[in-house]
Amino acid sequence: MNTAMIELSPEEWTAIRLSLRIATTATIASLPFGIFAAYALARWRFPGKMVLDGLIHLPLVLPPVVTGYMLLIILGRRGVLGAPLAEYLGIVFSFRWTGAALACAVMGFPLMVRPIRLSIEAIDRRLEDAAGSLGANGAWTFALVTLPLALPGLIVGLILCFAKALGEFGATITFVSNIPGETQTISAAIYTYTQSPDSDANALRMTVVSIVIALGALIVSEVVQRYASKRVASVE
Amino acid sequence: MISVDASLKLGAFDLDVVFGNDIGITALFGRSGSGKSMTINLIAGLSRPDRGRIVLDNQVLVDTGTSTFVPRHRRRVGLVFQDAQLFPHFSVKQNLLFGRWFAPRDESSIAFDKVIDTLGIGHLFGRRPARLSGGEKQRVAIGRALLAAPKILLMDEPLAALDNERKLEILPLIETLRDEFRIPIVYVSHAVEEVARLAARVVMLEHGRVAAIGTAEEVVGRGRRETGECRFGRSSVITGRLAGIDARYGLTEISHPAGTVWLSGRAGPVGREARVVIKATDITLSTISPRNLSVRTTLTGTVAGIDVDDGPFAAVKIDLVGHGQLVALVTRKAVDELGLGDGDRVFALVKTVALDERTVAAG
Repeated sequence: MNTAMIELSPEEWTAIRLSLRIATTATIASLPFGIFAAYALARWRFPGKMVLDGLIHLPLVLPPVVTGYMLLIILGRRGVLGAPLAEYLGIVFSFRWTGAALACAVMGFPLMVRPIRLSIEAIDRRLEDAAGSLGANGAWTFALVTLPLALPGLIVGLILCFAKALGEFGATITFVSNIPGETQTISAAIYTYTQSPDSDANALRMTVVSIVIALGALIVSEVVQRYASKRVASVE
Repeated sequence: MISVDASLKLGAFDLDVVFGNDIGITALFGRSGSGKSMTINLIAGLSRPDRGRIVLDNQVLVDTGTSTFVPRHRRRVGLVFQDAQLFPHFSVKQNLLFGRWFAPRDESSIAFDKVIDTLGIGHLFGRRPARLSGGEKQRVAIGRALLAAPKILLMDEPLAALDNERKLEILPLIETLRDEFRIPIVYVSHAVEEVARLAARVVMLEHGRVAAIGTAEEVVGRGRRETGECRFGRSSVITGRLAGIDARYGLTEISHPAGTVWLSGRAGPVGREARVVIKATDITLSTISPRNLSVRTTLTGTVAGIDVDDGPFAAVKIDLVGHGQLVALVTRKAVDELGLGDGDRVFALVKTVALDERTVAAG
């Protein structure tokens, strides 16, 4: 096996770094919204709850290209929101890595919300009642009781969202294209390699990298989750 | 001191209760589905009444007239649930300190060490709730509620999930809370024995309404005619004085003007008032003073009324000599063959082995 087979080129390193940065940003930035949405869906009754639930889950069932195209229409340079954002606040998503992160966040959001919601629903409400009667207001009860008990679901949600963000392709390429160094992720790089006749080795290398990252994430999540489950291990 | 006057409609259930409590233990007594827990939820602020006013120590917690609603975390109302509801992710010590942290510093009159010693939970500090027995959990839960320095303690069937031995272990602790910590308690239960032992005042709920308020003695024997399948739930409470302990036979003697009640076990201290719950199905009636029977307890009284319906049973109410009323369930056939009628003198016989020693309250 020659060294060229395993040595990654600078462009490939860039794609890997970019992928990790985009996935991490997407996951962390959507976490507060994810927790809020999960809590609202699990605990509150409000008009339009089903609509919100549907909207959150929409990217899961829509073709990713459609989601990407909708992002382009809404947040692109000439989009409904994109144009005023760019003009007045100087915030631009299209053809930027931040746009890729946004597309990944949207795609990963339902995967994040669902496990968090399920674990909040599984918490006995009387534990929250108990906290309230002991003097904790809503925010303290959430921080000291609800959130720690929802931790296993939270971790699953984070991992799923991260994994989805790492592998996202359709929505990203539609919204922010495939620009090396700016929006070219591992997936997009592999796609590019497959389009040229003599880049099989490159595509294969990046595939291996993908597998390594995915396995690593799985192992980390397993370890963290076991620890968290043990911590909140409920009564018998 | 609390006063409650509230109504709430929840689906087909309609709750409308009025009662109060100043010192000591007030029991909310009734079958499941009578509205006991709903009432507790209203006091704790876990639900809002459609109409009503709840006042605790001169602070209006709820008044639908003025749209007052104090949120639960500012009510200073301690809650103890049937199943402890300890925070599973905190240690015992963290659970205990949870409420203390939020309690106003100046008013927390309850000393940490005293609570821990009374409840005997010092050795459990480092443990997680999942590693506690049922009785230990409940003691920690009581400690947690107490350390938040509440103005009143609401206990919702706190013993229902425990076995008999644990119940006997926790009951005296609740009496200690009442006597030493001087905290008013609203105690929800469907168990006659617990209510008779603990509560100075019993509020009996039926179908969301207050059916009776009074001492355990007055309230428990009442209620609708319960023959048929419900007959086993019918009881009376009589109050006597703990006259002595017979160490040789392991019995406790409780004197009452109508006769002496013998109870298994040693329920001290001698000289104090004691309440005994007697099930209506455990009483045998005799028109002559019985002899040559193994039954040790004979109470004398006169028939105050006989409830009969088409069924095979008859509920005989007996006014005991001195004070108190007993309800005995016998067959209609027995009533007819003995020729029992109002005003007749009768002897009520109770087997000592049928009496539950849990019921003896030093009240």
